[in-house]
Amino acid sequence: MTAVAEPRARPQPSTLTRLRGWFRNPWGKPRFLAVFTWAYILWSIVPVLIAVQFSFNATRSRTVWDSFSTRWYWGDPVDSVWHDESLRHALVQSFKLAGATVLIAVPIGVLLALGLARWRGRGSGTSNFIMLFPLVTPEIVMGVALLLVFSHVFTFVHTGTVAQILGHVTFSISFVVVIVRGRLFSIGRQYEEAAADLGASPFVALTRVLLPLLAPAIIASAAVVFAISADDFVISQWLSSGGSTDTVPIQIYAATRAAPLPSVNAIATIMMVSTLLIVTVGFLAWRFLTRGERRAGTAAEDMGGAFNLN
Amino acid sequence: MYRRWLWPSFALPGVLWLVLLFVVPFYAVLGVAFGTVDPILFQPVPIWNPLEWNVGWLNEVLGRLAPGGIWFDVGIRTIVYVLVSLALCLLIGYPVAYFTARHAGRWKGVILILIILPLWISYMMRMLAWVNLLQTDGYVNDFLTFTHVLSQPRDWLGGSASTVILALVYGYIPYLILPLFASLDRIERSHLEAARDLGASPWSAFRTVTLPLSKTGILGGAVLITLPMFGDYFTPNIVSGAPSTSMIGNQIDLYFHGGPQPTIGAALTIVLAAFLTILMLYYMRSIHRAQREAGTVGAL
Repeated sequence: MTAVAEPRARPQPSTLTRLRGWFRNPWGKPRFLAVFTWAYILWSIVPVLIAVQFSFNATRSRTVWDSFSTRWYWGDPVDSVWHDESLRHALVQSFKLAGATVLIAVPIGVLLALGLARWRGRGSGTSNFIMLFPLVTPEIVMGVALLLVFSHVFTFVHTGTVAQILGHVTFSISFVVVIVRGRLFSIGRQYEEAAADLGASPFVALTRVLLPLLAPAIIASAAVVFAISADDFVISQWLSSGGSTDTVPIQIYAATRAAPLPSVNAIATIMMVSTLLIVTVGFLAWRFLTRGERRAGTAAEDMGGAFNLN
Repeated sequence: MYRRWLWPSFALPGVLWLVLLFVVPFYAVLGVAFGTVDPILFQPVPIWNPLEWNVGWLNEVLGRLAPGGIWFDVGIRTIVYVLVSLALCLLIGYPVAYFTARHAGRWKGVILILIILPLWISYMMRMLAWVNLLQTDGYVNDFLTFTHVLSQPRDWLGGSASTVILALVYGYIPYLILPLFASLDRIERSHLEAARDLGASPWSAFRTVTLPLSKTGILGGAVLITLPMFGDYFTPNIVSGAPSTSMIGNQIDLYFHGGPQPTIGAALTIVLAAFLTILMLYYMRSIHRAQREAGTVGAL
């Protein structure tokens, strides 16, 4: 059989030349960066998915896959999340702390954001400065400080649920302030001024005009506070009184250092799914309430912006 | 004049909360660190008056951290771990943030959500994921022995520095990518086009325009992850637990959880906080300077 040579317009450039061509082409797609970025995303997410997979393992192993089962969620009569008292308590405790923290930190934070954004005068600079500190203080320093203040100054607060809630609220307030203040700046003052021109008192302008405009930020900050409180390990651990006040992250920490069962993966999965659901609801609510205001994708940036210091 | 008092009164509950539960607790750490210890019960006795402060514990801690002291290695190790992790985070994070901001096109929203996603997954869950993977019979060892990189499974979780650094990078990198992305996303495309039109090569356009303009993002992200990494103790505990990978945070943890002398722990906390404050001030100065420089580039 004679090989029929394909007619070629020009010889194929070598791989090296083509790579150089990609690099030299200023407006071409940087394929290396695309591969790199997707590889990063896989690296950041696949390990977690594997951990979720093993929460459904039928055997006691977290490393060798056997078959699908819900044994570690409720099937196992001793070690499943549903039947193991310490795991069930941890789940309840985590939700309790996160819920209480949202209910306390969000109103205080919204008021503080309004106050700091509008208050010009003595003390405002210092207050602003104090507000920013919890964002950059390592949690271990805050944990030591709160533990010592509850054992030497506010001795009427004992370690346990109340101390944990006080601690969680303390580091959450600043996140609420940052999110709400960002929204306040983007709203500007013109709506309030219009309301005042039309005869509204400051209080009416606030409740009828400003608060509805702030609603998306309030909902977003509630979701963020829930997530960071549910995720928190250090403050919960330092202020835990052991046993019944251990949260899910504390249980995961304790279990990974001992000989853990897939039930730890199961409780971690439950917590992760709940947090992601709440954050998604917050994100969708933000999108819905700010529809028509900005381009798409900004909500994600704003919610991520809670972690941005600039 | 209720208008004058309206806004300060809004801020009052929050400010009061932060004073009582953030400022006062810091003073409590100072009081304990500069206090004495009950000779019989071994309980710390705080001293609240700064004029009577006892610097003995602080001297003790500084002596242990100095060259030749028992914590010298721990201190150096902490700095090395944090700096290596920071460098790796930047090496991995910058290309990712750059691609997402500049070239992701219609995938931008999806990539952004996938990059933010780990922030909403509990840190402990993400560490647990790696503990599972790195077990002796876990997927990492399976893969490495299958591809003959390793002849037999390696014990990754028994005190390996590279595992601790991997865990730190994995844990903190999302917090670096977001500010990096934000600063890269703000750069006007026209600046780059101008540089290219004036004859700059892609590399020199990147070096003279993009890199300086993203400096605030680099510094902001770096400070956002180095400060908590310096105070980390749970990451080395989870993925190693060996004294050979112990960091400063582990020493503080030891002195409060199980150790007999919270006073030394409090003094070490003060030293750590002071070190981080100096770092923070340095960063703030650099960010200030970077913003000024970025202002000049923008004006061109």
